[in-house]
Amino acid sequence: MTFTLSATLQARNFDVSLTLGSDETVAVLGPNGAGKSTLLGIIAGLLRPDSGHAVLGQKTLFNLDGGNSHFLPPHTRGTALLAQEPLLFPHMSVLENVAFGPRAAGASRAGALQTARHWLAEVEAAEFADRRPGQLSGGQAQRVAIARALATEPELLLLDEPMAALDIHAAPMLRRLLKRVLANRRAIVITHDVLDALMLADRAIVVEGGRITEEGPTRAVLEKPRSKFAAGLAGMNLLPGTITDRGLTSDGGLDIAAHPEDGAVPGQAGVAVFSPTAVSVFLSAEHGSPRNSFAVTITDLEPHGDQIRVHAGGLSADITPAASADLGLTPGMTVHFVIKATAIAIYPA
Amino acid sequence: MTPASAPRSKAWTARKTGRRDTGYTGVPPWVFALAAAGAVFVLLPLAAMVAKVNWGQFIPLITSEPSLTALGLSLRTSATSTVLCIVLGVPLALVLARASFPGQRLLRAFVLLPLVLPPVVGGIALLYTFGRQGLLGRSLELAGIQIAFSTTAVVLAQTFVALPFLVVSLEGALRTAGTKYEAVAATLGARPTTVLRRVSIPLVLPGLASGAVLSFARCLGEFGATLTFAGSLQGVTRTLPLEIYLQRETDADAAVALSLVLVAVAVAVVGLSYRRPRALPLQAGTK
Repeated sequence: MTFTLSATLQARNFDVSLTLGSDETVAVLGPNGAGKSTLLGIIAGLLRPDSGHAVLGQKTLFNLDGGNSHFLPPHTRGTALLAQEPLLFPHMSVLENVAFGPRAAGASRAGALQTARHWLAEVEAAEFADRRPGQLSGGQAQRVAIARALATEPELLLLDEPMAALDIHAAPMLRRLLKRVLANRRAIVITHDVLDALMLADRAIVVEGGRITEEGPTRAVLEKPRSKFAAGLAGMNLLPGTITDRGLTSDGGLDIAAHPEDGAVPGQAGVAVFSPTAVSVFLSAEHGSPRNSFAVTITDLEPHGDQIRVHAGGLSADITPAASADLGLTPGMTVHFVIKATAIAIYPA
Repeated sequence: MTPASAPRSKAWTARKTGRRDTGYTGVPPWVFALAAAGAVFVLLPLAAMVAKVNWGQFIPLITSEPSLTALGLSLRTSATSTVLCIVLGVPLALVLARASFPGQRLLRAFVLLPLVLPPVVGGIALLYTFGRQGLLGRSLELAGIQIAFSTTAVVLAQTFVALPFLVVSLEGALRTAGTKYEAVAATLGARPTTVLRRVSIPLVLPGLASGAVLSFARCLGEFGATLTFAGSLQGVTRTLPLEIYLQRETDADAAVALSLVLVAVAVAVVGLSYRRPRALPLQAGTK
């Protein structure tokens, strides 16, 4: 009982293949416009890909390969979609909203209402049953939307940034709820939030430019990022390049001195990864080896926790506000980023 | 990603509370003057007509047999035409708002044509379609059906001129509502007919209602197409506007009294449809 998908959609430069186990939850991460929502649209049947095929358990959702044109409409797929906005039907009560799926599946009115009550209780929203969607807060409405999706007993639950539209007070409760209901379920969660990926998903996929650029257990992706995007999520600096015997030559031409990970072969494509806290900022070049020193031009300064984050040359450094004031840092200034060799991890990409 | 997905009105902007505007509205004073002139232009002729009413004879005039017959015919045919507008107009609006196919813009233009066409031209067109010598008329006549100069012709003429009103307001409502709810309903397992019945139509019900009311009002006032295509036979095709036009020649008092009846019906209809338009909560949960 697995889910497999392989689909291309030229108009959106989209080409993704993926497989999910029976109770697996996968987090899909990636920058805006990378093709994350396209992925969900194709699985749900709201978008028709140019080619590819998808199988959910026994059911072939679509097969457009080799002259086939099998394409199931959305309502026969068993893939409930939960969007950023709850999209509760405004003309129905909360209970009728949740009963909508079972009713559409052919359940009797009484049976559907009973199912709806069960799922409302499951998301701790039983007391809202008789309200109208307009009378709910954003967090309450999204809980009801989750109940509505679960009430259809979907074989695959699709969540498109379910917490993005919520205020910061409502998000933690919803995240706990999702963790509970996704535990024994197959789901794909699009998220911008590392915390969602860590808490909700077994596996993370990074999508960039319509392609999967990274894939693996969530923790591994964040601990050892191989893409710029995953590194950004993990709060790390990442320089892609070629592994050498004394470190790595970045694609931008920087020579980075550090000890490559065991098993890394010189000449192989690799990445150098280091934390912004490991970067020191100097006004002049420092040459105490084994240190790396790069001349960079500051693009931005921003507060980051109780530190100041200095963005320069595609890298970032965290320094104390006092140090920033002492150095008199302003955007446009040229400074030197200095990193100890031991603080840099180099491994194959 | 901003946490708030819908723009909220700031506390310092003018907000409509009940009937009073509070705060800055941004309307220059001279606009009010021109608006007043416009209102007078619409209201003055109505007042002039009311002033002309012979109140002593009012009740006998509007309850005379030809008047009641014409009023009854008008209400019956307008109601039938409105139903026909809904039956034909809802699918047209759905197809125009949701589907995409070659020639869609052209279809929209032609559906809206009766809005700008002189009704008498519409009547001639209908005559050459359903009339005795018309495109379909001959086949219909062979089948024993004669449409021109019958009550059916009145209904067809009214439907022809009123259909665009329903299509325009419903298509607008459908576009405003968007397809998001329909997509969600489909992923919840609802087949297209269920989505239409339980989601699309209920969401645009206010638009459908106001479209139907406008169509009804247009049917009630129909004159040119009816006269051309259906003629003016008392009890069969002589609707209230035709009766008024006829009476004007012989009995001006009766014409004015009947006009007032039509104005009253029209005011009631418009009042019903333009009650404070309630905005649909399109983004449930964001208040």
